[in-house]
Amino acid sequence: MTEVVAREDPATADVVVREDHATAHAVSRRRFIGYLIAGPTLIAAAPQFIAPPSARAAGLPTHQPVDDYDLSDMLNEAAAPTSGLITVVVNQDGTVSFALPRAEVGQGITTAVAMTIADEIGLPLSKVNITLADARPELNWNQLTGGSNSMHSIFYPVRAAAAIAKGQLLAAASNILQEPADDLSVVGDSVQAPSGSKVSIATLATKARVTKTRKASALLSGDTYTLVGTPHKRIDGLDIVTGRKQFAMDLKVPNALPTMVCRPPTINGSASKVNNLAQVKAMPGITDVVLIPHTPFVAGGVAVRGQTFGQCIDAVRALDVTWTPGAPAGLSDDTVKKELQSTQLPLPPALPTGQTLESDFTFYFRPGDPLETNCAVANVTATSAEVWSSLKSPIWAKEQLVTILGLPLDAITVHVAQGGGSFGRHLFADAAFEAAAISKAMGKPVKLMWHRTDNFRQGRTHPMAISKVRVQYSGSTVTALNQSHASVATDFSMGFGEIISATLATLPNANSDGYSQTVFNLTQQVPYNFGPVTQLLNEAYTYDTFNTGSTRNIYSPDVVTAIELMVDQTAKAMKMDPVAFRRAYLRDSRLLAVLNAVAKAGNWGRAMPAGTAQGVALHAEYKGACAALVEIDCTPQTVNRSIPDAYTGPRVTKVVVAVDVGLAVNPLGLQAQMMGGAMDGIANALTYSLHLKDGYFLEASWDNAYYTREWNTPFEVQVIVMPPTTGRPGGAGELGVAPAMAATACAYARATGKMPTEFPINHNLPLGFTPYPTTPSIPPSPTDGLAHAY
Amino acid sequence: MSTHTFILNGKQTTVECQDDLRLLWVLRDLLGVTGPKYGCGLDVCKACTCHINGKAFNPCSVPVSDIKSTDEITTIEGLPATVGKPLHPMQEAWLELDVPQCGYCQPGQIMAAVALVNEKGSSITDADLDEIRNICRCGTYARIREAIKTAASQM
Repeated sequence: MTEVVAREDPATADVVVREDHATAHAVSRRRFIGYLIAGPTLIAAAPQFIAPPSARAAGLPTHQPVDDYDLSDMLNEAAAPTSGLITVVVNQDGTVSFALPRAEVGQGITTAVAMTIADEIGLPLSKVNITLADARPELNWNQLTGGSNSMHSIFYPVRAAAAIAKGQLLAAASNILQEPADDLSVVGDSVQAPSGSKVSIATLATKARVTKTRKASALLSGDTYTLVGTPHKRIDGLDIVTGRKQFAMDLKVPNALPTMVCRPPTINGSASKVNNLAQVKAMPGITDVVLIPHTPFVAGGVAVRGQTFGQCIDAVRALDVTWTPGAPAGLSDDTVKKELQSTQLPLPPALPTGQTLESDFTFYFRPGDPLETNCAVANVTATSAEVWSSLKSPIWAKEQLVTILGLPLDAITVHVAQGGGSFGRHLFADAAFEAAAISKAMGKPVKLMWHRTDNFRQGRTHPMAISKVRVQYSGSTVTALNQSHASVATDFSMGFGEIISATLATLPNANSDGYSQTVFNLTQQVPYNFGPVTQLLNEAYTYDTFNTGSTRNIYSPDVVTAIELMVDQTAKAMKMDPVAFRRAYLRDSRLLAVLNAVAKAGNWGRAMPAGTAQGVALHAEYKGACAALVEIDCTPQTVNRSIPDAYTGPRVTKVVVAVDVGLAVNPLGLQAQMMGGAMDGIANALTYSLHLKDGYFLEASWDNAYYTREWNTPFEVQVIVMPPTTGRPGGAGELGVAPAMAATACAYARATGKMPTEFPINHNLPLGFTPYPTTPSIPPSPTDGLAHAY
Repeated sequence: MSTHTFILNGKQTTVECQDDLRLLWVLRDLLGVTGPKYGCGLDVCKACTCHINGKAFNPCSVPVSDIKSTDEITTIEGLPATVGKPLHPMQEAWLELDVPQCGYCQPGQIMAAVALVNEKGSSITDADLDEIRNICRCGTYARIREAIKTAASQM
């Protein structure tokens, strides 16, 4: 069940409030100057710069740089200068359209943006059409979908452009109706005067157009919303449930035939020779077989193109290829862990007095892929290229294609397709680059799709990491917390979504020193008054040794899990209840409010049978605050459930999440993101990982890599959306993962009496499956499907 | 190459292809029916779930030659017609509860859910729901469970 409930009374515990409300409110009432753009119908643009100053904290017993300036601030400031290039268009059919310069991958921003525009103009939601903008290099850093920053960065520019459009609609209607513009309002599909006279927006679309671009002023409607803040269903819901929603592989591009790649037996290997080219070329339906070299931007292997994907699968399996091993050849979980241990920075010297608690944690590689595998359509000719793919950094993709294809920028068109999930995966353009390279090599359009096995074995992962946490306390006072996190390098070679920052990231040491450190330090935080706190990161291996990426919530799930487990250990040592302890030490009023909300709704402290327990954890990021309360069942009858080809294990039976994103534009969508985040958190804690052995991952199917399935799903999920606090939307897509993972780990520790230190907890159990061979590179397609019909 | 005939979403359909081509590629690549999605090709993720004579199955794992000319194949596109309405009750419940996120797995989820309710009847238990193998990587499971229980009472 799900519900939205009112916020509980603010807690009275002794905390220091972080005040960042006033500036956002001031902006929302401001009169500003935007633009009317010359065009066939009314086109309105946002002002060039709307960016409230970042939050400022008061002096605190614990203070970290991230308290003052975080990744959201940085992404916001990067996007602001080009917000004047964001336009809404009023069409002759009376609709308003907006080409969103962000990727929709399920997180619901098309719905939230449509609500925002409809609200500002006063239109019904059904009159607003949202599409995904092609790559627009002139937007610089303003077409990056990352850091859960989309609504945070685009909310005011979108509202401003809509307000300019509305102002112009009213002005044009005023001329036609001979009524003062101030007396007019948008009602239904028209602009209407108090007298009842009205003119349709369809008519105004052309009447209100300008023939010469000029400045225009408008006043935002303020903080009183009609649609914003109320639950709305997804605008693409009907298309989804009828199968009409089109993803990249559903697009019908002429002659773009199915294409797949035979991939190497070790990560990032390279094809050096095809030993049976003629034989495979002659297979049924196959039109092309081409060796694609492994390069920094193209995974490559041997590409086959055919009439159907089924024939491509057969051809890939038939290929006899000589390979050069990739850099990870010979590496396994144990050797990587040793390398991480030698990379890990020492903790600062311990305080000389008081008690010390210290522990080490390991987080194994885990897949970073959505259900839709890597895929792209590409049509590359001698003089032009056109690419379709789900891309969160489309500007960078377009600019990088210049060097991959040797074509000028203006000869390349990059379309952003609807994505079948992302979880950080589509920050990279791997499929788009590979499809373009294959299309160029074959001289034909291609529809490239990775096999699922390729996604697991050659795809991008959340990098393996270890974390050491030391807590010191004296009596009932925590005197220090130190954390040293060591991770396989996270690949940031997409930079901040355009070619300059992307290229910088590939320079020696720049990925780690410039990007990883920046992102880590601008996102990681200890939200407690624990005195002097340090959180250190160091990375092992170069960014391109393994295929990694910013998997949903990046460092936070692991970092927060390690901290929250130690918080519980500290509370236990002080003989305090975990919730009471957190209430006493929290230094953020919004976190305290969400903690209180889950503790109350989740009936914290209720009596539970042996082998079951509650756990609680919280995290602040993306200008938001989130707490999760989890109940877990670790009894033998649950752990030992037998389901064919499945891992069952402990089951989270209930999750209560409370979330404060500042302003929930669409509470229904926000709840969905928290539910999804919780499923990821449960998977990260209990089941979902990859086993690295001799340079490849053993997992090749969803029955090997155990993402949360129905038999792991909680029976009850409740998401409490807090009332607006800051008045400005923060990030939602990733926020729920860390608290849910940490709360699951804490609940497991309390249910079993043993703090877990290896994640997921099943990683070092005997392998539950027989690994598929690495040659052929993909498994055969089963033939017994009808035997399983039900 | 040989000729294969079956009933697809109520229409007699004929296609020329090799016998062992899996039905998913016949539907998607040759017939342009793209509601069923590819998620693994191994009969594991269930994103391509369709119905054969009213029972759920995964066309990624069925050679087209296994399909008889009298077999009725229903994809998500043909689901509403099986109840003679613009939308099947399961689709209605899905919309009512705003189940989807990215939407990629959802046609398969809906087809699996309909078959499950047809098999188990209107009182769906948690144990029944635990039998569903369809992956939703966005993690919409909680809403899926609620939608199936809702629709089951209306089917």
